[in-house]
Amino acid sequence: MLFALAAGILASWIERKVTARVQWRVGPPLLQPLYDILKLFIKENVIPENASTMTFVLAPVISFAVAALVATFAGLPAFYPSSGFSGDIFVVMYLLMIPSLALIMGGAASANPLASLGSSREMKLILSYELVFWISIAVVIVKTGGTISIAGIMSHTTAPQALSPSGAIAFILALLSMQAKLGRVPFDVAEAETEITSGPYIEYSGPLLGFFKMSQYILLVALPLFVSEVFLGRANVVKYVVLLVVIVLIENTNPRLKITQCLKLFWFILSPLCIIALILALAGL
Amino acid sequence: MINRAKILTRSIWVFHFASAPCNNCDIEILDVLTPRFDVERFGIKLVASIKHADCLLVCGMINRKGAPLLKKLYEMAPKPLAVVAFGSCASSQGIFKDSYMRTLPADELIPVNAYIPGCPPRPEAIIDGVVKVIKKLKGEI
Repeated sequence: MLFALAAGILASWIERKVTARVQWRVGPPLLQPLYDILKLFIKENVIPENASTMTFVLAPVISFAVAALVATFAGLPAFYPSSGFSGDIFVVMYLLMIPSLALIMGGAASANPLASLGSSREMKLILSYELVFWISIAVVIVKTGGTISIAGIMSHTTAPQALSPSGAIAFILALLSMQAKLGRVPFDVAEAETEITSGPYIEYSGPLLGFFKMSQYILLVALPLFVSEVFLGRANVVKYVVLLVVIVLIENTNPRLKITQCLKLFWFILSPLCIIALILALAGL
Repeated sequence: MINRAKILTRSIWVFHFASAPCNNCDIEILDVLTPRFDVERFGIKLVASIKHADCLLVCGMINRKGAPLLKKLYEMAPKPLAVVAFGSCASSQGIFKDSYMRTLPADELIPVNAYIPGCPPRPEAIIDGVVKVIKKLKGEI
């Protein structure tokens, strides 16, 4: 867990630094995300008067705990190829959903109109990207002849899955849904700092916000690592960092979509594409 | 032992409260975030919610609508919080000191830690103000 957190802090620094360089700025120092977290933990914790206290307090903690668990499941096969079990790919994918659900719960519990707006947007976003993400992973499962463990997929062939036609399509779609899962531009409708002022996070302060931040940092490690394991073959640091930089570049070169546009994009354009990739995979391409 | 003041001053998240300013101050604040000055180097960034803030930046002449909101914001903010009166209007009401909509300067409504005068203050003045706040928090002044 500590390792995941340390890696998350580094990943977040890379994200902020690359963003800064893209904008021709110098960017924050290496330990900036660590200072942010430490600072949040020595700040006062304000709980809104009308909030449902129990849910409000539990949501960030759950989010953090699950994120740490996901990082373990996704991270272990990268270091110990013999670890993991048959079906851990599904465990990871189900667990990846929970931080978003915790965010919805926390936003809805905080008795703030903008937070509930953010929660409802997050809900619609999950509805839109989840199908695409699952089918794109299913493409790889089909291509590897029904292998459902991360380690198994990594060691199935020497060539990365993303190099075949169906694998390439699925990889790009998985990248886009990963972007949405991480809440990054162009799919950051739930947070949307400029319109609904950070949405579900708006009422969170101090340590509770710190827990949310930490789970974001850890997800920033776990999710790209998982995708690189599934699509790019044996995981290593270079592949992960390249994937992370791709995410950041997409984030920095795109405007935010509206929630209706997100839904349309995922359901009517990306889902059919995904199904085409699945058919290609079934045909053996 | 973790140094409280060091951590607090290494990561300052700023909430910008604009009580009907003329926008000059707001634009100068954005200037400080641009490549030329880039205060993210020091861990300073703008946040959208007062609940995330470590510093409350008060801009503009506080009018009758703004005064109760400012007090409410100060009470809502998680402490420790540094309050900065930004520009001549927030510091001393500036050219609006005889306006019929005026209430009081920011420091008579809430405790203010630092003043950055100017109409509008230059980005250099803003960074200088930030440095002074940090030094004060560390107990060096």
